Amino acid sequence: MADARYVVGIDLGTTNCVLAWIDTQAEIDVDAPPVEVLALPQLVKPGVVEARPQLPSFLYLPVAEEMKPESLALPWGMAEHVVGELARARGAEVPTRVVASAKSWLASVGVDPSQPILPWQAPDDVAKLSPVDAAAAYLRHLRAAWDAAMPAPLVEQELYLAVPASFDAAARDLTVRAAEHAGLGGARLIEEPQAAFYAWLADTAGGWRDMVGVGDVVLVCDIGGGTTDLTLVAVGEERGGLVLARRAVGDHILLGGDNMDLTMAHAVRARLTDGGTTLDDWQFRGLVHAARDAKEALLAANAPAEAPVVVLGRSRKVIGGTVRTQIARDEVEATLVDGFFPAVDRDDKPRAARRTGLQEIGLPYASDPAITRHVAGFIGRHRDVAPDGPSAVLFNGGVMRADRFRRRMAEVLSAWRGSQVRVLTGSDPDLAVARGAATYGLARRGRGVRIRGGTARAYYVGVETAMPAVPGMAPPVKALCVAPFGMEEGSAATLPDAEFGLVVGEPAHFRFFGSSVRRTDTPGTVVERWAEGELEELPPLETMLTGDADRTVPVRLEAEVTEVGTLAVYCVSRDGTERWKLEFNVRGADGRP
Amino acid sequence: MKTVLTAVLLAALLAGANYWALFTIGGASSCMPCAAIFLGGPFVLALALAGILPALSRPRAAAAAEEPVALTDEVSGPAALAPPPADAALRLLATLQEDGRLIDFLTESIQGYSDEQIGAATRGIHDACAKALRACVTLEPVLPGREDEAVTVPKGFDPSEIRLTGDVRGEPPFTGILRHAGWRVTGVSIPERTGLEPRIVAPAEVELG
Repeated sequence: MADARYVVGIDLGTTNCVLAWIDTQAEIDVDAPPVEVLALPQLVKPGVVEARPQLPSFLYLPVAEEMKPESLALPWGMAEHVVGELARARGAEVPTRVVASAKSWLASVGVDPSQPILPWQAPDDVAKLSPVDAAAAYLRHLRAAWDAAMPAPLVEQELYLAVPASFDAAARDLTVRAAEHAGLGGARLIEEPQAAFYAWLADTAGGWRDMVGVGDVVLVCDIGGGTTDLTLVAVGEERGGLVLARRAVGDHILLGGDNMDLTMAHAVRARLTDGGTTLDDWQFRGLVHAARDAKEALLAANAPAEAPVVVLGRSRKVIGGTVRTQIARDEVEATLVDGFFPAVDRDDKPRAARRTGLQEIGLPYASDPAITRHVAGFIGRHRDVAPDGPSAVLFNGGVMRADRFRRRMAEVLSAWRGSQVRVLTGSDPDLAVARGAATYGLARRGRGVRIRGGTARAYYVGVETAMPAVPGMAPPVKALCVAPFGMEEGSAATLPDAEFGLVVGEPAHFRFFGSSVRRTDTPGTVVERWAEGELEELPPLETMLTGDADRTVPVRLEAEVTEVGTLAVYCVSRDGTERWKLEFNVRGADGRP
Repeated sequence: MKTVLTAVLLAALLAGANYWALFTIGGASSCMPCAAIFLGGPFVLALALAGILPALSRPRAAAAAEEPVALTDEVSGPAALAPPPADAALRLLATLQEDGRLIDFLTESIQGYSDEQIGAATRGIHDACAKALRACVTLEPVLPGREDEAVTVPKGFDPSEIRLTGDVRGEPPFTGILRHAGWRVTGVSIPERTGLEPRIVAPAEVELG
């Protein structure tokens, strides 16, 4: 689609989806490209369609007769599933029938994301979906909204799909599969924090060259409703101009604004209970909303000393049943600012043991709510990129709209560094990822500055060491690097020396690992031992060799980063005539088939 | 031809009734497009029916072959062309209730409650209703000036836009104090509620389990 008229960026978010586009036939200032955000018609109540810039990433599965079919019609006809604002709102009332956070299930969590497992722990009468199906349903909605509003179909445009920087090769593969299910197979991938960075570059209209300089390392701190995504971008120089390179990405941290809203609501509920007022589930949901509004008011610049929290009565007696209280700024400060952004030491690491009681079974929610500790751990792992820590920070995500959080985060980063860390301010943190993804598309066409990146991890296959069998002990595994850190899209790496004998007609398995910290390994490097967290096991790779049975074929491994941005590993026969693609086996709960 | 005449006559009667209903009940000039539909609608409908009815009285097969669409028009036509006048009002009411609990608020007896209790509930209702109202209708003042400041009422002003009070005499232009700047609706977008019974402005809620 290199000659497509529109360059389209899609933020397939954990809690909201956004679609932005650039018309390449319009006049374009490459420093400040004109990015538009598509209005997304969606059901907001049964029978009521409204166009909004964000499509909540929720999917609701109604029981028969719960809603009239005609009340679920969209401007372009009936959809297979209820997605968007109605699904989100209805899901809060009937949590067992709503699919939420589907994207986080695509990251390796020990279940097969292509199996119908959502809604997690739903009753038996619910026709469950796979996380891939759910993601595809959101993309189908975006596609239909585009096709209804724009002069040319979405499949014919150049598409960029933003994924968390923390997504490993398997999760990226599944995202592409979801796009294929939605008929958007050509979509290329871009990391979300990088997209946010592109959006900031465009916001400054070229002014970024005066805001950062050679040697700067920028921390992109993207905190959304459900996830925290971290990235380091380094500023360098080449032939007199500034160049940008994405140097490190963080782990998938399931911690975000929803945790904060729940924490605040629980604190208020506890106080009400002490005062003799008990809230039922319905009122508690109202409380979560009201507490969120109060939180936003109290964390803004020049906030009042306190804000009211009102939960209206449930029955027709709206006044009689109303519960009113207030939240003081000091309380928000103590609960949220100190709770989620404590001033920790620069050598601190996230604590694994403590549980906060705010988790849902199934997804690996972060057990340490202190975002600053997660950031400290991330920066600590990447001291080679920024020995003194980042010199500037770019905030993104709805949570970081709060002035108080931004200030605290900047204070903590400055304390670690021992000097003032600059805060780079982008516009609209809710829409930046989609806008930035479109801007990236334009940059790929040579119109605008590009951030260098490549793969965010090095990848390894496990090789069992030859040693005498010991009962009850698996032979130790060595890791053989097949793809180095920073492999660019469209490039390949081969391991000429290492050969494996594969038996035709039998499935071949390879244990598979990724590392976001080993940046210097080259294809063929063998890692004998590794520290906790240095290498992470991913779903295994497997393939079935076809041909004459019982023949043993000597093969070598070859890795390739596709144009789309996914990693493909092949077994290639010695003479190079036969090639088998290794596929991720996502069934393995702990990485083993 | 006789059919057409009869139809137009009936339409005139219906339009007349609509005119009366619209300007007595609804308040004059509130909505020009509505008036056009209510007054013009019967004529369009009548002429359409006059064309369709003779076709229907012809042999069934011929009618079906010539105008297959006409049969369905005849069935769904009247409902589609003339929605119940109260529909938009009901939709607005349902929105204000769903988003802001306005009907609950206005129908609840407030005598037994303290001002503090009423104040507490009103804050939430006010916020939500204000938001819903802003989404449904766009309002702007009729006169641009600031309230409690001098204003001139020109010659040939529209009495539906400006109401004169106090010592009213002589001829315009008048000079006076702007006491209330008035409200003018410049846009209406009340959400459609497809497939829902319009008279249900708040469904009953039943919790299971």
